[in-house]
Amino acid sequence: MSKTFSIGGIHPNDSKFSKDVSIVDLPVPERVFLPMNQHLGIPAAPVVKKGDTVLVGQVVAEAAGFVSAPIHASVSGTVTDVGLYPDFQGKRVQTVVIETEGDDWLDTIDRTAQVKQEITMVPKDTFQKIQEMGVVGLGGAAFPTYVKLTPIEGMNPEFLIINGSECEPFLTSDYRLMLEHGQELMIGAELMRRVLGTGVTGVIGIEKNKPLAIKAMQKITAGYLQWKVVPLKKRYPQGGEKQLIDAVLGRKVASFALPISTGAIVQNVGTAFAVYEAVQKNKPLVTNVLTVTGSDPKIQYNYRFRIGTPIEDVLKTAGALDAEGNLLPHIAKVVNGGPMMGKAVVNMKAPVVKSTSGLLLLTEKETKRLEPGECIRCAKCFQACPMRLQPYLLYQLALAGRTEELDEYRVFDCIDCGSCLYACPAHLPLLDLIRLAKNTSLKNIRKK
Amino acid sequence: MDKLLVSPAPHIHTKESTKGIMLDVIIALVPAVLVSLYLAGISAFLVLAVSVTGCVLIEHLIAKYLMKKETTVRDLSAVVTGLLLALNLPVSAPWWMVLIGCVVAIGIAKMTFGGLGHNLFNPALVARVFLLVSFPVQMTNWALSNGMFSPENPLIPGFLLGVQGQLPDALSGATPLGLVKEGISLGLTPQALINQEGLTYGKLFLGHMSGSMGEASGVALLIGFVYLLVRKVIKPIIPIAILVTVALFSGILYWVNPAQFADPLFHLLTGGLLIGAFFMATDYVTSPMSPLGMIIFGVGIGVVTVIIRVWGAYPEGMSFAILFMNAWVPLINKIKPFPYQKEVSRG
Repeated sequence: MSKTFSIGGIHPNDSKFSKDVSIVDLPVPERVFLPMNQHLGIPAAPVVKKGDTVLVGQVVAEAAGFVSAPIHASVSGTVTDVGLYPDFQGKRVQTVVIETEGDDWLDTIDRTAQVKQEITMVPKDTFQKIQEMGVVGLGGAAFPTYVKLTPIEGMNPEFLIINGSECEPFLTSDYRLMLEHGQELMIGAELMRRVLGTGVTGVIGIEKNKPLAIKAMQKITAGYLQWKVVPLKKRYPQGGEKQLIDAVLGRKVASFALPISTGAIVQNVGTAFAVYEAVQKNKPLVTNVLTVTGSDPKIQYNYRFRIGTPIEDVLKTAGALDAEGNLLPHIAKVVNGGPMMGKAVVNMKAPVVKSTSGLLLLTEKETKRLEPGECIRCAKCFQACPMRLQPYLLYQLALAGRTEELDEYRVFDCIDCGSCLYACPAHLPLLDLIRLAKNTSLKNIRKK
Repeated sequence: MDKLLVSPAPHIHTKESTKGIMLDVIIALVPAVLVSLYLAGISAFLVLAVSVTGCVLIEHLIAKYLMKKETTVRDLSAVVTGLLLALNLPVSAPWWMVLIGCVVAIGIAKMTFGGLGHNLFNPALVARVFLLVSFPVQMTNWALSNGMFSPENPLIPGFLLGVQGQLPDALSGATPLGLVKEGISLGLTPQALINQEGLTYGKLFLGHMSGSMGEASGVALLIGFVYLLVRKVIKPIIPIAILVTVALFSGILYWVNPAQFADPLFHLLTGGLLIGAFFMATDYVTSPMSPLGMIIFGVGIGVVTVIIRVWGAYPEGMSFAILFMNAWVPLINKIKPFPYQKEVSRG
């Protein structure tokens, strides 16, 4: 019996069609759009103005508070605008636009491919470096990494869990990183472990549907005494922070509590790689890896992209656009992220950002929601919920607007994983309503 | 730029549907249907056909002309109700009785409450109990398993003419539970009665016909149940809770006084216990949704069944027990699941 989380979960089709495709560099785009809100927290404050010339790696925006992160130029060239641009969902965000000229990098950045094994930096400087280089959580939430590594009074980190579960169907960027850059991300993980304290145990959690990654990481961790790989039984949402801690340690995070209250800190494999580049190579977070995938066998890529590349540029390179720049006719939906928690793209001119893990191309048939029927009380949503909520009940309470009861049934515990909506045989929009109810509930709780 | 489809996550969905689940239940009932056809031939077919057609037709008419909405028969739930109703009737039931059953099941027990998903009680069982108390003679005229295949099947004219099929003595008999109950009241021991009637466990398990059509064969019901488990349509919690409770409760009684009480295996294999436990008590709509609720529900059914069988006026108690526990389901569903945060531990 291999480990997994103890409550709920679903088994959607794996669909990892792009898993055997190596990571390649996406061409440097003609123009990049760098939104100021690429992380959770306070948006960064621009420090460049129209007309400034910048090099790759140069700071274009400073962190504007504790929970914030700086943003660096991902191309060299001229700043053509600092203003409001619609993001991929159409929301207008303060954005720095850079027109590309050449590809000139700051000379402090080590661009060689050579793996720098030796760790020379002391933890205090490592911590600062992670902050300066704009590293954020690349598992999806984009929480500034250094904040998670900041010690909290009275809470002792015991475990650093590196999240290699990549439980979202379709996505393979983390998997490719583990196969191709396992050594580097291991060094990044070790750097973070040293920041947390020498007594901390390192654990890499990988789902069993990625045997090659498990093997590769096991080989690499053999050289690290404090590290081990924990193979996990494939199950969604294993990569959820609370679920992963439960799966690996058997500990559960309470409502509103920080994961560290269980002694565990979770970081994504992509984040570990970014930490390696930041600390060992002095390279800010200006590139990341994303998967372009879908059920079309011809469009399967894992790209290293410049942050701020417009979505349509990525899709054009991937061959998902026709000569006029329109999406191929069979593609009906572009999802930023995985199929379970990713968000549908509205604006194709918007950029891929630090935390973009994939662009998923779905046909209408694959993604179309069927006409909702009547709830037949089959309890499949309840059995699927990893937070042991009663989605059918929350849905009905939300429909009726019974706010107080929603709190009583802990709507605020919902982690948005989508398992209930996925599992419902009556095709009811469970999560849509629960999400609305949760937002109201959280707002009310914050007011108090 | 073309139009882009936009909707909230998740963007992929299960292939399961209400219709698919109903289809699975229908498939699971096929072995039981086949056994009843094998044992009772064309008369079983007539009861099944009238019941299924009647249920579907009545639901269609009510949805379309009374509720004035789109017909709901395409979800196949009326077919399931029709099959279950037929399997709960004696093979000698005349057509009008089957049809009254359909009206009660679909018209009263299901559509009055708002249709699929809203009914409090299992529609097929409401109909069975309605018929049982309204037509006790016809409903307990159980045919035995031979002679039904011949063209002279005595049941067919009865069915068509709408009168009680005139069964020769050799072809009719009380149910095993009925025999035992009557025998005990006459001062005989259950074991002696069982031996006297040649009711071996093998016969009870593989197929006998004095009982409703679906009660005939334990093994056919078991095959259907296993299919539902494999297809993950149902969880085994409710059936296991029922069977264990009945076995324990009747086992204790048997252990206390074997001269007065039948043994647990006899209880498990007779009456509507298996079809009730596998197919009626596991009906999604009328059973609890949490595992704890399912256990309470199953134990309740088991206890009430044995009480009725042993001390009640009727020899069989399964239908009453399930309906009785159906009424408790809304209350049982109020039990909150063990909250996630209560399990916070530090390993």
